[in-house]
Order: sequence, then structure tokens, then C-alpha cells
Amino acid sequence: MVKNILRTPSFLWTAAVLLVLLLVPFIAGRFYVYILAVIFVWGLLAMSLNLLVGHGGAYQFHHGAFYGVGAYTAGLIITKTALPAWIGLCAGPVAAAFTGLVVGAFCVRLNKLYFGMLQISLGSLIWILALRWYSLTNGDDGIHGIPMPDLLSGSVPAYYFILIVVSVCLALMYLILKSPFGATLRAVRDNPQRCQAVGINVRRHQLLGIVIATFFAGVAGVLFVVLEGSVFPDMLFWVLSLEIFIMCLLGGWFTFFGPMLGAAIMVALRTFVGSYTEYWTLILGVVLILLIFFLPDGIMGINFRTWLRNRERRRSTDVVR
Amino acid sequence: METSFTLAGLASQLLVGLSRAMILFIVSSGLSFILGVLRVPNVAHGSLYMIGAFAAHTIAVAFEGSAAGFWLAMLCAPLVVAVISLVAERLLFCHLYEREHLMLLLFTFALMLILGDLTKMTWGADYRSIVAPPLLQGSVPVLGTAFPRYNLFLLMVGPLVAIGLWLLSTKTKFGKIARAAAVDREMVGAIGINVSWVFAFAFVLGCLLAGLGGALVSPTISITLGMDHSIIIEAFLIVTIGGLGNIWGAMVGSLIFGITQSVGVLVLPQFAIVFPYLAVVVILTLKPTGLLKSVW
Repeated sequence: MVKNILRTPSFLWTAAVLLVLLLVPFIAGRFYVYILAVIFVWGLLAMSLNLLVGHGGAYQFHHGAFYGVGAYTAGLIITKTALPAWIGLCAGPVAAAFTGLVVGAFCVRLNKLYFGMLQISLGSLIWILALRWYSLTNGDDGIHGIPMPDLLSGSVPAYYFILIVVSVCLALMYLILKSPFGATLRAVRDNPQRCQAVGINVRRHQLLGIVIATFFAGVAGVLFVVLEGSVFPDMLFWVLSLEIFIMCLLGGWFTFFGPMLGAAIMVALRTFVGSYTEYWTLILGVVLILLIFFLPDGIMGINFRTWLRNRERRRSTDVVR
Repeated sequence: METSFTLAGLASQLLVGLSRAMILFIVSSGLSFILGVLRVPNVAHGSLYMIGAFAAHTIAVAFEGSAAGFWLAMLCAPLVVAVISLVAERLLFCHLYEREHLMLLLFTFALMLILGDLTKMTWGADYRSIVAPPLLQGSVPVLGTAFPRYNLFLLMVGPLVAIGLWLLSTKTKFGKIARAAAVDREMVGAIGINVSWVFAFAFVLGCLLAGLGGALVSPTISITLGMDHSIIIEAFLIVTIGGLGNIWGAMVGSLIFGITQSVGVLVLPQFAIVFPYLAVVVILTLKPTGLLKSVW
């Protein structure tokens, strides 16, 4: 089976892309290396959301809160305790997943919009704590200059660390989505009633999905700390959670790599349009409306569809011949 | 610190909390109304509130801060917001009603991004303020404390809006149609009612309330960019704890939000803003679907 996976074209493509990405620091300038690292962090965050929204059908409206919890945990452990930095980095995702478990346990009792609204409230509570608990979190200023282990200091080592961690996470996510659990998650998305009827514990599956997704969001938060060396309350703010949604929408909900592409577009927009005009959110809003009207499946979504259609056509002509 | 625990201090904080709750109510009732009829969490609501405040400032300044200018601002600023929302609804939003909730939510988010930047383009990033007319300046003694007249004015407007909205949604034909369309839009369409315009009217009415809230709050705070972000999250929480789409739920939620915050100032000033959020969490833990009955 492993041999089969290794031979598939998508695997070969992924390996090729990964190889190019490994070589990037030798070719490109520091700025582009940094931009790529930002894309990976945001892409991981968006893909973890997509795990729940695209595949799980849950209205995870405040995913950013868990990203922030991961980042804050890492930042606080490194700056406020004498523990080694690595422990802080490892504790971030665990704390995020635990928060996900607690918040999720409340949310899964409800469905759809109520789920989302409850999550916004609980997430906002975390945000307001980070904003107001000055003695612990420094309030709106956030925590800056978080020291990293020697192995990760400097932009190129940080890039490699982020690249490796994100790749491992994506591989894990891919395996999770391919597993029976992933299939169940999609089944729950498509028809919760029927799943309940055939004996699937819908809430438990959703909760497990939330814990997994928030774990990866926490990983993204920790990687942000590795990259920027700082955390601030805006990471927990609700607007960021909606931006993650935009990334998923840009790239495509029902594709695996879609959100990563969406993150790339978003970061590019923010960086390049943002340096050209201060009104870049206006442009983002217009792009978003155009997407909702004309490309609701995202960029990868449309490619995937036409690609499938072409393949079907090719197959059918093969039969005719 | 010790003096703030006196009865007079408590009374004055309570009254401040009540008048803050009235602003929150006016904004969140609009949000709740849109949620109840269209079933869309209107993320752009905060931006419309901000535009209401800026528009009120512009109108008041155009009349050189005279009393007539103030009243005209209170009247016209919500209408400006209503026109903006009508254009957005008829031009774009009305084509999306068949889509998933998530797409509708993201559309309103796009609207928020666009309106936020348009506000920045039009009015700039300065802090602004407007002055209440002489009639509403100064304060009156209430329960042994000096209570600002403007806050008393707010305490009168809030219940008026609530009663008006309640009468509209339960006693008028439009209200009945709107509630019916929320439950079964196809059936309402089948008996010959133009559901699209019902939705448009409901959306514009909700946004008008956001604009009214923005206009009414403008003499009490400094008007600036970013005031949209804080109000929208509060309005969402209020609507959630009150019961989605329930007008009186929005009132109860606003009172809880306003009073917990203002009384929290007496207990722990630094964490005052945390109390309403804690209240929300407690309520939602005990009663996840909100205190009052949701309309759907």
C-alpha cells in the first residue's frame, strides 16, 4: 500500500514541491523566505479550520482563539518560567487542544449557527482575558522579543523548522482525512441524522474533530511565535477568525491544499497590495464578493472540477476507441 | 476605592449601565431582527453603526452644532445608513439568499471590510465628537447622584424602540409576513408575496437600527475608526444570550451586558469588561439556546 502511495502522481508532485521549498533559502532573498514562512503558518491554520468546516461541516467561527492560545502558551512559558523553550513550544499545541476540548464540549451540544455563536462568545472571553490581564499578558502590547532556542534563531533555521513541522502536520492531516475517522467526519457533515441512526456518536466525532483541528491551530500559533518572536491579543480577535475563513474560501473548501493556496493569495495580497495602498481590505472585500458570486468553491475547487471533467472525457473517448 | 461602594455610587453606576444597555439594545435588536427574519448574522452591523456615528457628526457639524442640527443628525444619520444597506442588499445580497449561511456570513464580512475602508476614506482616522443640545446637557439629581440628562434621554429612547419594534413585528401585516417568511419562505412566496422585498425591508430596518444606535451614541463617546469591532462582538453575544431573533431577548441581554459591566467597575475596575463575558459564559452553560425563546 505504501508503495502505491509513493507512486501516485500527487505524491510525486508534493515531493517535488517540497524539494523546491527546501532549496528556496539558497535562491531567494531573506524577505521572500520570510513571506513563505508566513504563508506556511497561515496555511496550516487555514487547513486546520478546513478540517472542521470543509470536511466536518461544523460552524467553527472562532478558530483564531485556539491559534492565539497556542501562541500565548508558548510565549508565556518561555518568558515567564524557567522551563526550557522547547517545553513552551510543545505545550502550545497541547494547551490549544485542551482549550478546544473545553470549548468544544460546550459547543457540540448545539448545532449550526448556535454552535458558531457560542464559540464566538467563549473565544471572546479568552480574547478579553488576554487583552485585560496586564500582569500576565501585557494587555494590548502583547509580548515581544520571545527568546528562541539557539537552533531556531535566525530566519533561515526558523524557515526550515516551520517547513518541516508544517509538512509533518499536513501529512498527519492527510492521513486523518483518509482514515475511517475522516470518512465518518464527512458523513456527519453530509447527514448528521442518518449518522446518528446508524449508530455513530455524532457529538463525540465532532468533538474529536475539534480537538484535532485546535491542536493544529495551536501548532500554527507556536510556529508564529517561532517566526515573529511575539504574541499580541489581535491573534485571538474574532476578525482574524473570519480571515481564516476567507483563506479557505479563496483556495477551496473541499480540496486538501486549497486553504494553503488561499493563505498564499491572502499573504501576497496583504504584503504587495498592502504596501501599495492603505486600503487593501477594501480590495480584499471586493475579491471576497467576487469569489462568493463567481467561484464559491474557491480556486482549487474550480480547477479540480474541470480537471475531473476532462479526465472523464478522456476516459470515455478511450472506451470509444 | 471605598467611596465607590456607597449606595449613591452604586445607583449612579447602575444608571450608567442602564443607559449603555439602551445603546447596546438598539444595535443588537437590529442584529436580532435580521437574524430572525433572514437568518444571517450580519457582521457588517458594526460598520453601519460606525457610519451612523460619523454621519451624525457630519450633519451636526454642517449645522454648526446647533440644537436643530443635532436633532436632524439623529434623524438623518440612520437614514443614510438605511440607504447604504438598501443599495448593498438590492445590488448584491438579495442574489445570495439561496446560498448556505456560511456564504451569507462571509458576504457580510466582505461588506464590513469594504465599508470599513470606505469610512476611512470618507472621514479619515481622526477622533471626532459632537455636543448634545442644551436641553440634554448637564445633569439632574437621581437617587442622590447627579445623572447626566443625555443618559436619561437614552433611557427613554431605548424602550420606545423596543415597543415600536415589538408592535411592528407582532401587530402589523409586515411583521406577520416577515415572521412567516422566516419560517417558510417558499410557502409565503407561493401565496403571492414578494419575499425578496420582505427580506430587503427587514434587512434595511435592522441596519437602520444600527445607524440609530451609532447616531445616539455619538455625543457620549469619541467617534473613531475601530468602534465597529467592539460593538459587533458585544451585539452578537447579547443576541446569543437573549435568544436568536427575539426582540425582548435582545433587551434582556443588553441589560445583563450593560449592568454587569458598570457594576463590575465598582468591584474590579481593571477587569470590568470581563464581567459581561463571564455572564455570557455562565448563561450559555446553563441555557445554551439563550434566555428567552428563539424565534426558530
